[in-house]
Amino acid sequence: MLQTILNLLVQGVLIGGLYALFALGLSLSLGVMRFVNIAHGDFIVLGSYVLMAVASALGWSPFVVGLLLIPAAFAVGYLLQRFLLQRTVGKGILPVLLVTFGLSIIIQNGLLETFGPDTRKLSGGAIEIAAFHLGLVDIGLYPLAVFLVAIASIGGLEYLLYRTSVGARIRAVADDPAAADLIGLTSANVYAIAMGIVGVSIMVSACCMSVWTNFDPAIGPSRLLAAFEAVVLGGLGSLWGTLVGGIVIGVAQNLGSQIDASWQILAQHLVFLVALVFRPRGLLSKG
Amino acid sequence: MNVMDTARGRIGLAVARALLAASLLAAIAGPWLFGANQQTVLTEFFTLLTLAMMWNLLAGYADIITVGQQGFVGVGAYAFFGLTALAHLDAFLAVPLAAIIATLVAIPTMAVVFRLRTAYLAVGTWVAAEVMMLIAGKLPGFGGGSGTSLPIPIVKQFGSSVLGRVEVFYLLSLALAVMAVGSTWILLRSRIGLGLTAMRDNEEAAGSAGVDLILTRVICFLFTAPFLGLAGVLVTLEKLRVAPSASFSITDWTIYVIFIVVIGGIGSLEGPFIGAVVFFLLREYLAGFGTWYLIILGTISILVILIEPRGIWGVCRKWGIPDLIPVSHFRRARSAVIRPLAFADKVPARAERRSHSRRSAL
Repeated sequence: MLQTILNLLVQGVLIGGLYALFALGLSLSLGVMRFVNIAHGDFIVLGSYVLMAVASALGWSPFVVGLLLIPAAFAVGYLLQRFLLQRTVGKGILPVLLVTFGLSIIIQNGLLETFGPDTRKLSGGAIEIAAFHLGLVDIGLYPLAVFLVAIASIGGLEYLLYRTSVGARIRAVADDPAAADLIGLTSANVYAIAMGIVGVSIMVSACCMSVWTNFDPAIGPSRLLAAFEAVVLGGLGSLWGTLVGGIVIGVAQNLGSQIDASWQILAQHLVFLVALVFRPRGLLSKG
Repeated sequence: MNVMDTARGRIGLAVARALLAASLLAAIAGPWLFGANQQTVLTEFFTLLTLAMMWNLLAGYADIITVGQQGFVGVGAYAFFGLTALAHLDAFLAVPLAAIIATLVAIPTMAVVFRLRTAYLAVGTWVAAEVMMLIAGKLPGFGGGSGTSLPIPIVKQFGSSVLGRVEVFYLLSLALAVMAVGSTWILLRSRIGLGLTAMRDNEEAAGSAGVDLILTRVICFLFTAPFLGLAGVLVTLEKLRVAPSASFSITDWTIYVIFIVVIGGIGSLEGPFIGAVVFFLLREYLAGFGTWYLIILGTISILVILIEPRGIWGVCRKWGIPDLIPVSHFRRARSAVIRPLAFADKVPARAERRSHSRRSAL
């Protein structure tokens, strides 16, 4: 019994790393551009399908292809912001929400049209099934690796934002775009760079997800909701908080799945709503 | 110069309003004018128009962008099924009770999701609707995840023949749409509506001019719930079954509704009408394209937002066409001159506050 619960907790914590990766890009776009990208989850799924198509065409490992696709993901994020989302900046929250909402519908149905409704999964090779024992618990090598990727990504983004000149620019534009424009920063360009970084985080998430779990064209929204909940639970704007939020969601899902399969998502949402009532500013806040 | 100052403009407006009144009369005479198939399509039209009115009131005026409207539609559907099939109440009594239950569910939902604002609120309502759908799939007696059919005796209470029922459902949906449009119009004409119009145009200014933003949002949110619930009842009567994925469908009850409002013109009473007509025309001609139909709808709505965020009705307004359904309160010319002066000294203070509220979240 104890062993089962311990194992569930550890699995939950490790899948929390995956949710933190989903949440990282969303947190950045919320913090800098102040919008929720409704299509965030759909972009992760799109990334997974592109990865699948390229990996199967070349016959290479999805991890190698994932690394190679990172510059392309940056470019897509950059161009998306520069030429589409930038047109909605400064017009309030509604236009950008509706544009990303439209993108979400287009991506979902575009994928359905191109790849069909079948469930897919990529093969990551031997690492997928490798595991080791640590006392009472079994730890999968792949989940552990994803968890470490999540930590490295959060640390990397934290370093980028607070220790580099690009990060200083992004934070300046996030603080006050008009003032940033006045001192010679082009906020449109800085927004686009930030969205490019979001694109990179989406590609990393897509790579980690597509080997770990099944995916189909319709699962984007559930990924968005998980990412969103992790962001809110962790405290808005806190990067390390997304890891805490991701872990809470992962543990709630795993404990819920013990009741039955459909409780998995219900438990996730209920934990989020309860936390929202008692800790509206995030779990780490003081009230 | 305003088109309305010309005689031609005034005639045009009178003709447009006469057409509106004529189409209402034609709708009331629907059972005698239209065949069963047309009545079924129109039933759907009126249901979607009601949903669009509600989404437009929240997103276009009260600044509550919800992606969780389908939650209350589903609650209304399940409440109606529970009251009739499980509690064996009279079907016509169950209809208003379902609206009340939807409103009762809206109260705690609002208490939770209103802790979030703007974009966060949008996704928060979505989570709430997902929770309602998942719980509906667990309720005993409702057929679990795959749903169940409405028992025949309940359906027969609305008419013994299929054609008779089509008529009853048509008239019910027409009544719902008329109630939805009428009460939204009354709400917008009221003191609350004055505040809502101010919020639509500039929320900060409305707040500083004395509009109670929170109370207004609460009233609007609770106002929409019974209508969404009643739409859910009609949906159940049309489909003759409840199921979590259909009764709580985000595509049918929220995504299509957002398209309708965005294309027609958000923040106006005319917009949802125009949008609903355009939506049904598009569906008539494009539904055969399957997934491409949705891709086209998504593309159209993105283009509308980028080119004319106030939709088709926004273009009409730019041409100087006044509201077909008047919601404005006209003031005399004298006070119109005084008002801007009275507000002039408040402008710098507002600009200052804006720069504070824009602090980074990072």
